[in-house]
Amino acid sequence: MTTATEYHAVSWNEPIIYELSRKGRRASITLGVESEIQTEVGTELQIPVQMRRKKAPNLPELSEPQVIRHYLRLSQQTFGVDSGIHIHGTCTMKYNPKINEAIARSPKAADIHPLQSEETVQGTLEIMFQLKRWLCQISGMDDFSLQPRGGAHAVLTNALMVRAYHNSNGEGDQRNEVITTIHSHPCNGGSAAVAGFKVITLYPDQDTGCPDIEALKAAASKNTAALMVTDPYDTGVFDAKIDEYIKMIHEVGGLVAVDQANANSLLGKLRIGDVGADLCHFNLHKTFSAPHGSTGPGSAPVGVKAHLARFLPVPTVEFDGSKYYLDYNRPESIGKVGQFFGVVPNILKAYTWIMSMGEEGLRETSEIAVLNNNYLIKKLSEVKGVTLPWAENQPLRLQEARFSLGKLKEETGIGVNDLNHRIIDFGIQDSETSHEPWFIPEPLTPEPPESTSMEDIDTFVRTIDAVCKEAYSNPEIVRSAPHRASIAKMDLTPSSDPSKWAMTWRAYVSKHHHSEMV
Amino acid sequence: MLSELGFNDVEQLFKVIPERLRFKGSLGLPARPMSEFEVRRRVEATLSKNKSRLEMRSFVGAGCWQHWIPAACDEINARSEFLTAYAGDAYSDLGRYQAIFEFQSMIGELVDMDAVMFPLYDWPTASGDAIRMAVTVTGRKEVLYPKSLSPERLAIMKSLSGSITSFRPVEYDRVTGQIDIKNLKHNISDRTAAVYLENPNYLGPIESEAEEVGKVAHDRGALFVVGTEPISLGVITPPGEYGADIVTGEGQPLGIHPFYGGALVGFIAFRDEERFAIATGHRLVTITETECEGQWGFTQILPERTMYAARDKSVTFTGTATALWAITAAVYLSLLGPEGFRELATTIIQKARYAMTKLAEIPNIKTPIFQSPHFEEFTINFDATKKTTGKVNKFLLERGIQGGKSLENEFPELGNTALCCVTEVHTKSDIDDLVQGIEEAVST
Repeated sequence: MTTATEYHAVSWNEPIIYELSRKGRRASITLGVESEIQTEVGTELQIPVQMRRKKAPNLPELSEPQVIRHYLRLSQQTFGVDSGIHIHGTCTMKYNPKINEAIARSPKAADIHPLQSEETVQGTLEIMFQLKRWLCQISGMDDFSLQPRGGAHAVLTNALMVRAYHNSNGEGDQRNEVITTIHSHPCNGGSAAVAGFKVITLYPDQDTGCPDIEALKAAASKNTAALMVTDPYDTGVFDAKIDEYIKMIHEVGGLVAVDQANANSLLGKLRIGDVGADLCHFNLHKTFSAPHGSTGPGSAPVGVKAHLARFLPVPTVEFDGSKYYLDYNRPESIGKVGQFFGVVPNILKAYTWIMSMGEEGLRETSEIAVLNNNYLIKKLSEVKGVTLPWAENQPLRLQEARFSLGKLKEETGIGVNDLNHRIIDFGIQDSETSHEPWFIPEPLTPEPPESTSMEDIDTFVRTIDAVCKEAYSNPEIVRSAPHRASIAKMDLTPSSDPSKWAMTWRAYVSKHHHSEMV
Repeated sequence: MLSELGFNDVEQLFKVIPERLRFKGSLGLPARPMSEFEVRRRVEATLSKNKSRLEMRSFVGAGCWQHWIPAACDEINARSEFLTAYAGDAYSDLGRYQAIFEFQSMIGELVDMDAVMFPLYDWPTASGDAIRMAVTVTGRKEVLYPKSLSPERLAIMKSLSGSITSFRPVEYDRVTGQIDIKNLKHNISDRTAAVYLENPNYLGPIESEAEEVGKVAHDRGALFVVGTEPISLGVITPPGEYGADIVTGEGQPLGIHPFYGGALVGFIAFRDEERFAIATGHRLVTITETECEGQWGFTQILPERTMYAARDKSVTFTGTATALWAITAAVYLSLLGPEGFRELATTIIQKARYAMTKLAEIPNIKTPIFQSPHFEEFTINFDATKKTTGKVNKFLLERGIQGGKSLENEFPELGNTALCCVTEVHTKSDIDDLVQGIEEAVST
């Protein structure tokens, strides 16, 4: 602990904005109504009395400098990719070049309305069409929709297309099962269930981290609507039997959707469409360098093979040789999954990024991401208390790896949550553990994308090593962490106590009887 | 790094992917990396084919609204930390949690409800999830909605909740445009999980009898779910005051650029009761305290409800939604404050009325179609002019004006009708130009 101890997170103890409010204070003024208009139509609201708001909404009252200071301070107490080492796994926390922002924020991009006449939005339509074509080329799929607003939304879209396909074959009622695996992203099962499917989840075998082919064979039947899996898995293990699964599912009449949300190891290396998948999706906020925005906006285009293109949501973006247009004339479409056409700012950012990188750059992206990760694996595997499951069988992973701190926990009582709280004391963002249930004990899932430097990986490993050593020598300092974060240990009881939880300030004030508060 | 691993070619790392699965060809993308200068030149050249608000005046809303956006909103949502953060807990990401809690708090005040979820994709997906919540709370499987509902929004709600509920339409009154309460009473039953009503409704009218609609729902043990455009709540009674159990809406008007409809942020407010909280799979964030007196923290409520833990047993999926826009909306609402917000809504309602008054003076034009109070959206019918909305809009476009949305496909029973929107950004002269343009369009 010599190099990093100087770090301390910004700690403003910033009040809730309502605590800063002072009666009568104003920031901006609204534009107001010209007097001629008031002369013409009067100032009466002409809303029936029962529908007229009696009391102005209780919003905070501040000046503009106060608002800016408040939210600037809140931003300073937020740890982004730009802030420091931030290699939270499954999420591909890569650097997002600033040119993407500059382009997406220009008035020509930001200040256009979705219902403007098509001839006035040809630029954006062209970019949407071109991105769709590029995603086809990258995935080996035949068509794309840019409409879904996040990975789980994309999986819902795919599940609805699966249903529409089986309905069109008269098998909709019979095929009511979706098969997934425990190390696929949980939205594969979660969104399929929202679409109305019964979900069967397969578990990996002891040796490889992949399900046994016999288990899939047992699950596949005439009731199978689709296999919906992530490959590579969230563990970083690539399931090389994916083509066999696809064949097996096709043989029983089902479809296969492969979650490519995180395709950061596959660009130019593997095209899931060529492997035989019928559907897939990409997360533009992972692989294609749109920022994560503090948890959104995301964007997750869905890709399909030609035989499913007729089910894509409307409208699709098309080109007739002279102009770009929105095509609503698709009678077998599943309809709509989100309002308008997709998360356009992220679409612009992904388009800009692909153009910046070119094909050569995309391949290099995956190569460096995989190199970074295997370098991290080598270094982190040397740390006492850390193991990599299934490494005896295959020590290589693709873009991320799921380690286990089970040994550390056994020997010191310190688990991954404690470790995560401690590493933020050194200016390192906490790392992904695992979605529930924890199949691997005390899972730790870092992912160093291509923009991560070797120095950052070394610092990360050195910090994990130091914290693991602390676990053996002084576990209390880890257990009581964080010590240098923006705040001290939180009271977690409101998490499960309806009498204490408060999702709004007004609920907090009323439940906790702070009568002196606003 | 490679030699550290004992390899000399990065390709050796990809041997976990069998040869038979490897892609060996060319993707056919632009081959090489391009300089920032070149990329920007090209992309801006493409975008220059768009006409933005700087080059034309637009009178279309219908789910995405043009408002004046304070520069402070753009300043905060461009903050690098907010822009590039993701999923840390409050120890590392205190600020984003607090900003989102403040968004939730302010939405709660606008709609007059105590519980508000983490921000969602958009209004219709939020409404679809509100329906899932209502079905889960009541154990019933049918939802009633007025036929004035936007068909696009209805389709999205069905995508989200169609697997567990059926949607049953209720008539709207052809004179007022408001829900037909008699017909609602005729259709409601013990199977009804919820009555879904938007206020103002898609066609513009303010639903004056909303409280009565809520009573009809509650009398049969159904929930009352209300959809809102939030700025209207500066002058309209908040749904929490007239009996709503769940409120949904679109946050884009709150300081967020239209982005071709690509920057939406849905919200759901609901009764602060455990039976509601466990009936959603979305993130719920609560404020809490820390070991240090006077310090705030934030944590998730019952995280085991979400797909991340419950997987296919969760009521709905959740995921990366729209936090950056929620943070932006929080900035917007704190800049306006109670009086600014009320002034804004008052400005809009007066300007929209001015537009309707002036347009109604044009011979053969009927606006609005419905005899009801309106907020910012209103219908214009061209039937008596023998002109289609397409013709009128083409004429307007040549004069740099984007007319209203044509409703001919969505509401054929309304004939040649456009849905127009006027907000605070339209000056008197903008509105006068629209009126003059339409007058010329229908008389040529």
